[in-house]
Amino acid sequence: MFAWLPENVSTFGGDIDSIFRFIYYIVGFWFLATQGFLIYCLIRFRRRPGRRPPYLHGNNLSQAAWILLPLVIVLVLDLWIDFRSADVWAKVKVGGPRPDVVIEVTGKQFNWIMTYPGPDGRFGTADDKKVENELHVPVNKVVQVVLRGEDVIHSFFLPQLRLKQDVVPGRAIRAWFQATKPGKYEIPCAELCGFGHSGMKGWLHVHAEAQYKEWARKMWPGS
Amino acid sequence: MSGTTAAAGGHHGEPGGFLRKYVFSADHKMIARQYMFISLFWAAVGGYFAYIIRWQLAHPEADIPLFGRPIGPDEYNAFVTMHGTIMVFFVAMPLLLASFGNFLIPLMIGARDMAFPRLNMLSVWVLGAASALLLLSFFVEGGPAAGGWTGYPPLSARTAYVGADKGMDLWLLALALEFASFLMGGINFLVTPLNMRTRGMGLLRMPLFVWMVMIASLLFLLSVGPLVAGAVMLLLDRNLGTSFFLASGGGDPLLWQHLFWFFGHPEVYVILLPGLGAMMEVMPTFSRKTIFGYRPIIVAVLVAGALSFVVWAHHQYISGLDPRLATPFSVTTILISVPFALIVFALLATLWGGSIRLATPMWFAVGGLAVFIFGGLTGIFNGSAAVDIYIHDTYFVVAHFHSTFFSALFLAGFAAIYYWYPKMFGRMMNEALGQIHFWGTFLFFLAVFVPMHLVGVGGMMRRIANPGQYEFLAPLSGLNRMITMSAVLLLLSQFFFAFNFFWSMFRGRRAPDNPWEGTTLEWTTPSPPPHGNWPGEVPQVHHPPYGYGLPGAGEDWVPQHRPAPSGAGAGR
Repeated sequence: MFAWLPENVSTFGGDIDSIFRFIYYIVGFWFLATQGFLIYCLIRFRRRPGRRPPYLHGNNLSQAAWILLPLVIVLVLDLWIDFRSADVWAKVKVGGPRPDVVIEVTGKQFNWIMTYPGPDGRFGTADDKKVENELHVPVNKVVQVVLRGEDVIHSFFLPQLRLKQDVVPGRAIRAWFQATKPGKYEIPCAELCGFGHSGMKGWLHVHAEAQYKEWARKMWPGS
Repeated sequence: MSGTTAAAGGHHGEPGGFLRKYVFSADHKMIARQYMFISLFWAAVGGYFAYIIRWQLAHPEADIPLFGRPIGPDEYNAFVTMHGTIMVFFVAMPLLLASFGNFLIPLMIGARDMAFPRLNMLSVWVLGAASALLLLSFFVEGGPAAGGWTGYPPLSARTAYVGADKGMDLWLLALALEFASFLMGGINFLVTPLNMRTRGMGLLRMPLFVWMVMIASLLFLLSVGPLVAGAVMLLLDRNLGTSFFLASGGGDPLLWQHLFWFFGHPEVYVILLPGLGAMMEVMPTFSRKTIFGYRPIIVAVLVAGALSFVVWAHHQYISGLDPRLATPFSVTTILISVPFALIVFALLATLWGGSIRLATPMWFAVGGLAVFIFGGLTGIFNGSAAVDIYIHDTYFVVAHFHSTFFSALFLAGFAAIYYWYPKMFGRMMNEALGQIHFWGTFLFFLAVFVPMHLVGVGGMMRRIANPGQYEFLAPLSGLNRMITMSAVLLLLSQFFFAFNFFWSMFRGRRAPDNPWEGTTLEWTTPSPPPHGNWPGEVPQVHHPPYGYGLPGAGEDWVPQHRPAPSGAGAGR
């Protein structure tokens, strides 16, 4: 099943994939146990003339224990999943490390508009640059995106980085990632946003340090 | 144990004339059949839309056979929206809750009719009006609603964003009428079992199906208010220029999501519980064994129902909600697996040691249970906020909720139809065709929805019209074509059912009163039951349902209306 996952190229992607695997083994166990029991019953207890089933009503504790004991295991495994999952969630979505690079991304039917703060590192100044659908970032640096929506809800999705965050008009939502491998990755919109939803996508360019400087020099030739 | 037997003849006389009998009928059995035909009509439409959606995903922009031309992305959005709307609101609720709830509640509790027969008639007619509006929306300029079945604003709030114009308003009105219809139905489903049980029918002697319909109705009545308010606000935003959901005017798009999912998650159980209730009737009968854990099951369903009111934000982990809220909602969501595990274990324990006869209703019930377990387990992935970051809005979610909905709605729904058809129409359905129908449905269902989870793991987003537009989805095109092929075969398998359903109505073997040797009251009256449900006195009840294998009884089963042998099964 995990062979279908796109290659992970972010620092926290591995944590998400490992929770995915962890849950897979737990539910896999329950799947085999319950379906095996079901099939066993259908074969072992198929109708035979003269068979008289026992009267097991399960309403008192001594009988109900047969289903209450496995229920305790369900509860324990549930809580285990909850705790492990909460840690990863907090790492990816709550707070986040201090960013090296900040870029504003605005979703607008049906494009991603990237606003770079330029050499001064501040938005709203003369050296800001707006580019449609091309997001350039350095590898191994913490990148923060400030997500805004202009019309409807979109969702900023980086499949290879295991990051998704809805983009809501009226809010500036911050998300972060740290890419671990240079390359070109798609940024599809993951929330239905109108007739152009299918095909609304941009590109994330993760550059090695030298290439990133090269790109910045071309964008801001004077500096 | 209120006695209603005094009112022999019911609240209303035997209707005369075609219109009074078949159209403007207040008889719960006729209303049940009307609901069934409405839902089967919409199931055919919804299935056809599923076919169009699947064909487009496998062969984007190609001519669609039986449609005649390719569809554009705007039409694709409309088909996706309508498929979801139809299947949830116009198939699942009318079939499981309304049709079987109507048919079975009075027959199972020993009443001559529902508590409010005219309100009942009104509820089906309001659903008819809702259906008419929804149909009309296909033919207005701009096309039908295309904002997804969840209708998230601002997309759904402005024609300029969504494309659809009056179609969106008609969609909202159709939904509002559907809610009104089920508010009326829900009152009947609650009041009738509470007030009109025959002598001896204590609340804890009611068949579990009645419990499930009651709890489902309660969940619906408690949860639908916020969504009705939301629908009114959205209509105002669309037509009067208000900004409840538009940030530009001071509103908040997320408000709709809270209102929608506050209703939406209990709604899942509104659909699920009657389906589980049908399994709980079929499985003891065909295992010749009493249900395991009657009382624990009721407690578990009440707990799950209560929990369902505090899980709604699991649809919104990444919606822009304060991220610190995700973990508490993730905990409640994953904990809801505990009561459902109890129900599953109880049903499995019911099979243990039984004498299992695999007739068509039983095949659908155990097949439904198997798929429901599968769908429940894949829900754990979605419930984990961390994993949801990646799989949210992908086909993993689509595959998950189809596994739960399809098992509860179609597999359990077919179990119910095959099981109670003889009582409803007075004829038996064909067993061989039924088994072919089961295996086609079950196997091709798996061939569609198991690989669909892989498509989700691959990252494919929901509601995109053409996966060919994305490079990272290229490895999934083979899977997508295979899923579409299986979906076509799944739909074709339904023709065995359609033929069997209509052919048996006229040519099927005449049904005896109790073809499956069931223990509940509906099997004590002729098939189909006459007006007033029992020709003579309403039977009196002496012990709980599912009296199979009672110790001390001579036979292996004792129906509810027959006095139990002394000391047998007195435990509850």
